[in-house]
Amino acid sequence: MSQAILELKGLTKSFGGLTAVNEVSFRVEEGGISGLIGPNGAGKTTIFNLITGVYKVSAGDIHFRGKSIANKEPYAIADLGITRTFQNIRLFKNLSVLDNVLTACHTSAKYGLFEAIFRLPRFGKEEKVLLEKAMSLLEIMGLADRAEVISNNLPYGLQRRLEITRALALDPKLLLLDEPAAGMNPDETIQLMRLIGDVRERFKLSVLVIEHHMDLIMGVCEHIHVLNFGCTLADGKPGDVANDPKVVEAYLGAEESK
Amino acid sequence: MEYILGIFELSAINLVAVLGLSILTGFTGLFSFGHAGFMAIGAYVAAILTKNMHLPFWVAIVAAGISAGLVSIVIGRLTLKLKGDYFCIATMGFGEAVRLIFSNMNYVNGARGMANIPQYDGATLAIPFVVALIAIVLSWNLVNSRQGRNLVAVREEELAAQMAGINVLGSKMVAMIASAVLAGVAGALMANFVGFIAPKSFNMTKSTELTIIVIFGGLGSISGSVVGAFVLTALPELLRAFSDWRLVFYGLAVVVIMVGRPQGLLGGSELTPSGIRKMIAERKAKLALARAKTGGGQS
Repeated sequence: MSQAILELKGLTKSFGGLTAVNEVSFRVEEGGISGLIGPNGAGKTTIFNLITGVYKVSAGDIHFRGKSIANKEPYAIADLGITRTFQNIRLFKNLSVLDNVLTACHTSAKYGLFEAIFRLPRFGKEEKVLLEKAMSLLEIMGLADRAEVISNNLPYGLQRRLEITRALALDPKLLLLDEPAAGMNPDETIQLMRLIGDVRERFKLSVLVIEHHMDLIMGVCEHIHVLNFGCTLADGKPGDVANDPKVVEAYLGAEESK
Repeated sequence: MEYILGIFELSAINLVAVLGLSILTGFTGLFSFGHAGFMAIGAYVAAILTKNMHLPFWVAIVAAGISAGLVSIVIGRLTLKLKGDYFCIATMGFGEAVRLIFSNMNYVNGARGMANIPQYDGATLAIPFVVALIAIVLSWNLVNSRQGRNLVAVREEELAAQMAGINVLGSKMVAMIASAVLAGVAGALMANFVGFIAPKSFNMTKSTELTIIVIFGGLGSISGSVVGAFVLTALPELLRAFSDWRLVFYGLAVVVIMVGRPQGLLGGSELTPSGIRKMIAERKAKLALARAKTGGGQS
């Protein structure tokens, strides 16, 4: 068995009497693209919030590269190498495309507050590196010609792309994508699939993606975990999961009958 | 002539406090209605050091900044976890509490205030301007650094900022301390410029005045705060001829600007060569867009 970069062990989260996530265990392989699917309210985004430290874990554990990260502060988890995008895009809306990425690059610089306020030599040197890094990321992601545009004025598809670019600025080892294809037409979805594959290759990272677009999930994921009402319904290769009668009944069946 | 100089001195002093609040409110998005409290701490520290202990002005300024900064660490710990309006109310309570504490301290003459504080004179009259200049440069350096960008990220989208590896609480603390230090320094300048301080000089009206200046000048703009501080400190003086009506005009002027330019005079832009170029480009783009719209409607 290959190395797991992320491993959930009996992860549970309850809000008062409601158990949103119930004893969920699965693993994301190093360098793999895994999918997390399930009907609305199945607890997918809750799992993302648990991994990234937004919610506190009720029971169970989360291991990232062999170490527990449960209940760490969100910024500390981001520093370790897990970043995410959001279901409803959360950009720094009033900032330019470049500033969005430049802000997220901050961990690549080491100068302190004192050095910044008094403009000591290290400040200038490291700022230059940050700017170069941000610009090269924009170049790779095809956003360089829009660097000065206020991010809120970008077309929807590019806002999604910018959010992924911003996440990449932290040099993550694991990228969590929460419904990246939401609101996209089939054409844009295909582009996005390609982008996810490219990003994985180029940045040598692992991806965990939540999605409702079955084409996207079946197209890019090597491993799928299915949730229903907070519990694990199925886990396995895309082909196996798609033919699992339980999954068809709970999820894919409902899709087809629409 | 001396009167005009006095207005400029007061503007420079207000500017230092406004810069602090600009970092907290304009860049980090935390609204405070208690910054007169930090000014009061600075003012009393400076008054005690220069009057009772006969120490030089610069010692008073540094000590005032440090004292206000230390208090802000405690206040920050207690209040920065509060969200939005709750933080506002907590700062309001802090400001009033500081005023009441000084009102009841016999060592500083309680509500009667402290008079005969050594005043700037001759060459030392330049101190407020020098300090204001230093404050502008340092604030500018802060907001144009990675730490400054983190503050703006926290203002824009707290959750996304966390996911971008930003320590939100730490960033808010940086903004809080910087703003308190500047307010404390402004208080010291005020005490040694006017020569008299009383708790009621640092009431909520003063706090609100500072916040109005920041909003008037434009959130997220250092140059906006500079322009705002000078305009809004001078305006009541220019309107002195209208005696009773001057505060009405003052209020009216603020309302008119806010209705006409909700983002404030220079919201989000700076008066630098590149900033001005950007503003002109944005205006042009807007005009072109408007023209395209009306043009499209006609054809």
